[in-house]
Amino acid sequence: MKEYRTIAQIAGPLVFVEKTEPVGYSELVNIVTADGTIKRGQVLDTSDEIVVVQVFETTAGIGRDSGIRFTGETIKMPVGKDMLGRILSGGGKPIDGGPEIVPEKRLETTGAAINPYARAPPADFIQTGISTIDGTNTLVRGQKLPIFSASGLPHNDVALQIARQAKVPGSTEEFAVVFAAMGITREEANYFMADFEKTGALERAVVFLNLADDPAVERIITPRLALTTAEYLAFDLGYHVLVILTDMTNYCEALRQIGAAREEVPGRRGYPGYMYTDLASIYERAGIIKGVKGSVTQIPILTMPGDDITHPIPDLTGYITEGQIVVNRELHRKGIYAPINVLPSLSRLMNLGIGKGHTREDHKKVSDQLYAAYAEGNDLRGLVAIVGKDALSDRDRMFLEFADLFEDRFVRQGLYEDRSIEETLDLGWDLLATLPEEQLVRIDRELIQKYHPKYRKQAQG
Amino acid sequence: MKKGKENGAQGALKRISGPVVTAVGLDAHMYDVVKVGNEELMGEVIKIQGENTIIQVYEDTAGIRPGEPVENTGLSLAVELGPGLLTSIYDGIQRPLEVLVDKMGNFIERGVSAPGLSHEKKWEFVPTMKAGDDVKAGDILGTVQETNIVHKVMVPPRSKGGKIKKISGGSFTVDETICVLEDGTEIAMLQRWPVRVPRPVREKLNPDIPLITGQRILDGLFPIAKGGTAAIPGPFGSGKTVTQQQLAKWSDAEIVVYIGCGERGNEMTEVLTEFPELEDPKTGRPLMERTVLIANTSNMPVAAREASVYTGITIAEYFRDMGYDVSLMADSTSRWAEAMREISSRLEEMPGEEGYPAYLAARLSEFYERAGRVVNLNETSGSVSVIGAVSPPGGDFSEPVTQNTLRIVKVFWALDAKLSQRRHFPAINWLNSYSLYLDALNEWYDREVSPEWNPLRSWAMGVLQKEAELQEIVQLVGSDALPDEEQVTIEVARMIREIFLQQNAYDAVDTFCPMSKQYDMMKAIKHYADLARTAQVGGATPQQVVGIKSKNELVQIKFTKDYEPALDKIRKDMEAEFDAMRAA
Ligand SMILES: Nc1ncnc2c1ncn2[C@@H]1O[C@H](COP(=O)(O)OP(=O)(O)OP(=O)(O)O)[C@@H](O)[C@H]1O
Ligand SMILES: [Mg+2]
Repeated sequence: MKEYRTIAQIAGPLVFVEKTEPVGYSELVNIVTADGTIKRGQVLDTSDEIVVVQVFETTAGIGRDSGIRFTGETIKMPVGKDMLGRILSGGGKPIDGGPEIVPEKRLETTGAAINPYARAPPADFIQTGISTIDGTNTLVRGQKLPIFSASGLPHNDVALQIARQAKVPGSTEEFAVVFAAMGITREEANYFMADFEKTGALERAVVFLNLADDPAVERIITPRLALTTAEYLAFDLGYHVLVILTDMTNYCEALRQIGAAREEVPGRRGYPGYMYTDLASIYERAGIIKGVKGSVTQIPILTMPGDDITHPIPDLTGYITEGQIVVNRELHRKGIYAPINVLPSLSRLMNLGIGKGHTREDHKKVSDQLYAAYAEGNDLRGLVAIVGKDALSDRDRMFLEFADLFEDRFVRQGLYEDRSIEETLDLGWDLLATLPEEQLVRIDRELIQKYHPKYRKQAQG
Repeated sequence: MKKGKENGAQGALKRISGPVVTAVGLDAHMYDVVKVGNEELMGEVIKIQGENTIIQVYEDTAGIRPGEPVENTGLSLAVELGPGLLTSIYDGIQRPLEVLVDKMGNFIERGVSAPGLSHEKKWEFVPTMKAGDDVKAGDILGTVQETNIVHKVMVPPRSKGGKIKKISGGSFTVDETICVLEDGTEIAMLQRWPVRVPRPVREKLNPDIPLITGQRILDGLFPIAKGGTAAIPGPFGSGKTVTQQQLAKWSDAEIVVYIGCGERGNEMTEVLTEFPELEDPKTGRPLMERTVLIANTSNMPVAAREASVYTGITIAEYFRDMGYDVSLMADSTSRWAEAMREISSRLEEMPGEEGYPAYLAARLSEFYERAGRVVNLNETSGSVSVIGAVSPPGGDFSEPVTQNTLRIVKVFWALDAKLSQRRHFPAINWLNSYSLYLDALNEWYDREVSPEWNPLRSWAMGVLQKEAELQEIVQLVGSDALPDEEQVTIEVARMIREIFLQQNAYDAVDTFCPMSKQYDMMKAIKHYADLARTAQVGGATPQQVVGIKSKNELVQIKFTKDYEPALDKIRKDMEAEFDAMRAA
């Protein structure tokens, strides 16, 4: 393989090479430094005059004396059956002291788009045991449902609780976890690893670790390696794969860094204008394929800078994913776990996975009614702060109390409390029963008569 | 037309930068379609600069190298039009996704071409013209039963026309000649049309017929006319896609073109699985039979996303030319604008507002201008209604795409995150939204619904506006401090919101509400309001009036299919309750 020593410029993570033979766009590049270290990069722009290479590792040590080797192929991920139980670096190299992965296949990491015609609609209810998810923001197999959190909030606990408890009731199919860390601290990573080990999840997990002190630019490929692995496990080996990506905010920062180094016209808050498309090329790699056994379900975690949901990172994510679970500081301050605010949370695929034949026929309407009542009560809190409780009508007072009750009983639950969907829905009815029946305008009469505790007691008594 | 490989039709690549590549030594015109690299990826010329030809490529360019060949086809980006469009799902450049699965499996790889229409399938052509007839461009020569929809086979719009020498019925592929003119011109069912050029019409008409959607807040408060334009902006998760899908399902258009432009793969799959199962309320046939889908999802090549909108509207215009009412949904025009921005920034053009190219406003208005109710070249009348979703960053409507769209479209359905968060759906804000077609449509509502409808609508809007004013007072002093009369206004407004405006897209009955039912529901609410007013004049307290039990049943009407008896009973019960109250 030809080696060039024609570096014209190095700027941030970018290396500009001149006088090359034709080099392919997106090609994998090896850069050999004076001390023999090999660093990897990728072609971002190629012409007969200059080739721009983005380096995935620190550019420290790269200089005019470094050799550049163009490999003639795009980045590939070696994948194989023996990957389960392994811990790899953010660049895909084993870091658990174990042997190299024996590749059964070498797959393109960019991941071609699933043909929408080949997709099957996700409809299998995943029970996480968390009421605010199962009851009101249901996760289904093949969905991409991020956790929007902020610094200092227990999003890792929520993610781990999901990973621990997630099951498809009545199904015994094999499932696997792919965990990709991007720029999180060693301590956070250990927290995840310890839990995986304790629960035995590690044996059926593949872990990619790019930690806070690892090269930032490597974060660009970490999620892609993880998803390539997930797709292999799912669509080649038939596993149902749960992918946890954390923290996508660090990923986006790395993207911004590269954009700045390329002197691109920045979009909102300095993030590149193509960030939507770039994030979509990650998040869209979830789903189910008709006639193929496995599935890829994604739970990306991101921390909203300044708790701001309109910040470009959560905003663009929300425009791509199929809903979001929003972790809330106020609930956390009140000492409520899992501090999920259901109001801005959403699961768009919920309707496909609930109801008769999936969960229970009253699921949708109970969820709608809980939302409406909680939203109304929550609004009234603002009013009470100004006019006092006494100025409220009786109706208003009921909703105000409902909001407190909802947080205290429905939202609040234990870190290891695994509620079945029936428990969650019955709990919902118990809360709704504190409101007069005619206020339950979202639920049809028939369902009220079947599930409302009042009628159920009558039926039993 | 094809230039072949003589000098100038072939050049060489010089630079590859993502979806934008530069070629040298190529003779090309703007928007010519070219084949890029050894794999012959499809691209389109978007800039000519000195000896450089700059090309946007519709497929992934990974691995392509400088020096690889580029070949000009000499054709512009065009779609194939003819029988076989309906029930299809295409990518942004009209490759049928079903065919692509057969050719390359479950993932979209590159370098595979597939024609938009089947060139093998035979269609039964029935002429409606005969030899000796004079025909001109656009004239209908005959028909093909495509699905339950009759496909009209037309003389191509750019044809000179003439006297028919021979026309024959029978079984034909889209390429076979079905008609020969005296001057020797052969006409087949297939037409190719460049997507960036609007298909010609005779005359534009004023839209004065509503597109009835079965969605109460739309038909009732902010209607769009057939041939009209509407924008539906809103933050993520506020209901753009659900609303557009509801329109695609239930609106009384004869043909629906649905463009998933840079959005989710699963959403297209949902349409694909649902539409064949759902019935068109008018014809009783599967909705899919009247539908064409364009799916260029967010992770498919960005240049093809740019093209998808044009592909869609050209197909819509083609069906309009046959005399059909077509409605086109574009979800989301913001992703289209972003594709323009991305290409423009690769071209290193001077950016306008927020990095969008300076021609953003022009492109948007050219696109919406292709909507309209028209008299076609063949004297039939048809329409294309365009409904565009807009996805403003951070839900902030002051951004360029929303603002430039609002300057063009006539209907504004403003989605509101506050409403969607409390699951008030459709989350369309009734105070900010508007329809500029109202005046033009009044007469239709008078005639087709009831002369009482327009006053009823104004009454409802009045109550909602009054409520908003009252809410400001309530925020300061609490609801008990309101005068008695206003306390009832608040209750009536709540009924309008919860009974009439809220509509559950996922309820089997509520998902579609015919205009007559909309009218009956609103009339029943007004009936309560009138009874309440009379009772208050007679001395009843707000608590008594609000406490009327039977009115609470009204909400159940939404979920009831044959609702008339139930509604009748509620009306009588309400009257009886008020009578009893007066007596007490
Ligand atoms: N009319 C409706 N009836 C019931 N639910 C609705 C309705 N409209 C929206 N929803 C709910 O809101 C969710 C989000 O709606 P939708 O996917 O249309 O949002 P969107 O505005 O298209 O978001 P994005 O910009 O991210 O695509 C739906 O999944 C559904 O749960
Ligand atoms: Mg949408």
